[in-house]
Amino acid sequence: MKVLVFIEQRDGKIKSSAFEALTIGAKLAGSAADCAAVIVGSGVESLAAQAKGFGCDTVHVVDGSDFKNYNPANYCAAVEAAIKGHGAKVVVGTASPMGRDIFPRLAARFDGAIATDLVEISMNGNNVQGIKPMYAGKCLANVALQNAPVQFVTIRPNVFKAENTGAGAANVSKLTVSAVSGSRIKTIEVRKGKSEKADLTEAHVIISGGRALGNAENFKILHACSDVIGATVGASRAAVDSGYASHDMQVGQTGKTVNPSLYIACGISGSIQHMAGMRTSKVIVAVNTDPEAPIFKVATYGIVGDLFKVVPELTEKFKKLLS
Amino acid sequence: MKILVLLKQTPDTETKIKISGDGSKIESGDVKYIINPYDEFAIEEALKIKEKAGAGEVVICSFGNDSIKELIVKGLAMGADRGLLINNEGLENADSLTIAKVLAAAAKSENAELIFCGKQAIDDDNMHVGIMVAELMNWPHVNVLSSFALNGKTARVEREVEGGQVEVYDVELPAVFGANKSLNTPRYASLPGIMKAKKKPFDLKKPGDIGVDAGALKSGIKSVITGYRNPPEKPAGKVFKDEDVSVMVEKVVKLLREEAKII
Repeated sequence: MKVLVFIEQRDGKIKSSAFEALTIGAKLAGSAADCAAVIVGSGVESLAAQAKGFGCDTVHVVDGSDFKNYNPANYCAAVEAAIKGHGAKVVVGTASPMGRDIFPRLAARFDGAIATDLVEISMNGNNVQGIKPMYAGKCLANVALQNAPVQFVTIRPNVFKAENTGAGAANVSKLTVSAVSGSRIKTIEVRKGKSEKADLTEAHVIISGGRALGNAENFKILHACSDVIGATVGASRAAVDSGYASHDMQVGQTGKTVNPSLYIACGISGSIQHMAGMRTSKVIVAVNTDPEAPIFKVATYGIVGDLFKVVPELTEKFKKLLS
Repeated sequence: MKILVLLKQTPDTETKIKISGDGSKIESGDVKYIINPYDEFAIEEALKIKEKAGAGEVVICSFGNDSIKELIVKGLAMGADRGLLINNEGLENADSLTIAKVLAAAAKSENAELIFCGKQAIDDDNMHVGIMVAELMNWPHVNVLSSFALNGKTARVEREVEGGQVEVYDVELPAVFGANKSLNTPRYASLPGIMKAKKKPFDLKKPGDIGVDAGALKSGIKSVITGYRNPPEKPAGKVFKDEDVSVMVEKVVKLLREEAKII
């Protein structure tokens, strides 16, 4: 099976989830010869070597100043050229903001099949099948693709393990692609975020606060703890709606679905919509004054107590442990 | 300017999802349906654009069964001008690309000049349809929109991506935009708005009415959901209470290190 993997990079850095996608792509392809990758950007040719050993023999590189920043039209044109160049029947990427933007557009362009955000994936003959969470994880659906010239799939970050098996030469093949002529969408700039920390959707550790925080200022105790354990700070919808935290911090069905190794919920009672967004976290620690709070039902470890006492204590103990 | 807003009905966020005994479908019996929350931001933005221009038409369009009509009327009560519901009989199991083909045909039949939708639906969480409609129309798209400012025929827009980064684009209309929560604050329908909504024009159409061959679409479905199941139950955790805070914290930190091996 001819498989193409989209290796996502931003600012010259390959996303860790791209190696997960490479691992899956190699498995679906069955051989390094049938598995190729594509990387798009400016000055990114040297990045291709990092794919060595992850199961693809060829890395198509689309390199040029027009591709420095993400642009939906130009990036789609670049990946389209790689699909055609490789004769790919399956295209694999990750369910990141960029992957979620490119894959549906290309699926429509090729009149293809699409399944996104998969947490399990396999081949059924020549067709991809997999499992995808729906309703922000309240249920899992079996998805089967069929009758398509090209199948497009994205995997959820942090679910699959990246494995360097040693197979795959990752030889560079330069692809010449021009920016779309007459395009009606121009990227003006990409403004940097305020935070150096990982995005919630990619974070390995998250510490979240609920309405019990009482105000925006009090989130500083979560930030202090997050600095010690390298966590990203999140919030419940109640905290966001009360103005204590910004919307991009919201975890849950109308916020972000997260999948960290460790999720620490502070002063969050655990509404259905919040728990939908975080229940697949590998370990959940809940801190709440109410022993009946629903969050304790999904918690691996729970502390019934006042977060204003518990969190600073946690921070101190983590500090001691990690020093 | 004629603005089309794509609307989907979704279960309320507080809904418990019940799967039928044989795992073949989601039980719809107790489900309360709402306008997909992100679509409300799309409606609001369309209304603001029309108000600023002082002219134009906002049409709310959906593909589905008759139960969506009352949700479209809610959008009309917010201030939209007309409803358009394309009946999905026989295409209830349509995949995202099939739905996008119907909605793109609707947009063409309406001569829409601008399309807004929510960045994603909160049921399938796909983030497919709006982007696909743009491709099928050969229009540009920007999804996860947090800011929109129109200057003549060009919109300066912002899109939120990971790590708080913001991508800034200039987009020449026509185009498709997918609204995020940070775009605006949707208005509530006023009482006069609700009264007027019932009298606003509402078109019920079949795919054939907008030049779509439903039979061909049905045989072209390429993504099928073959079953549902509940996520695995979490085993009961260890919850500590009625002890000194430092003792409880000590125990949890120890478990995180020695049992979970995570810190």
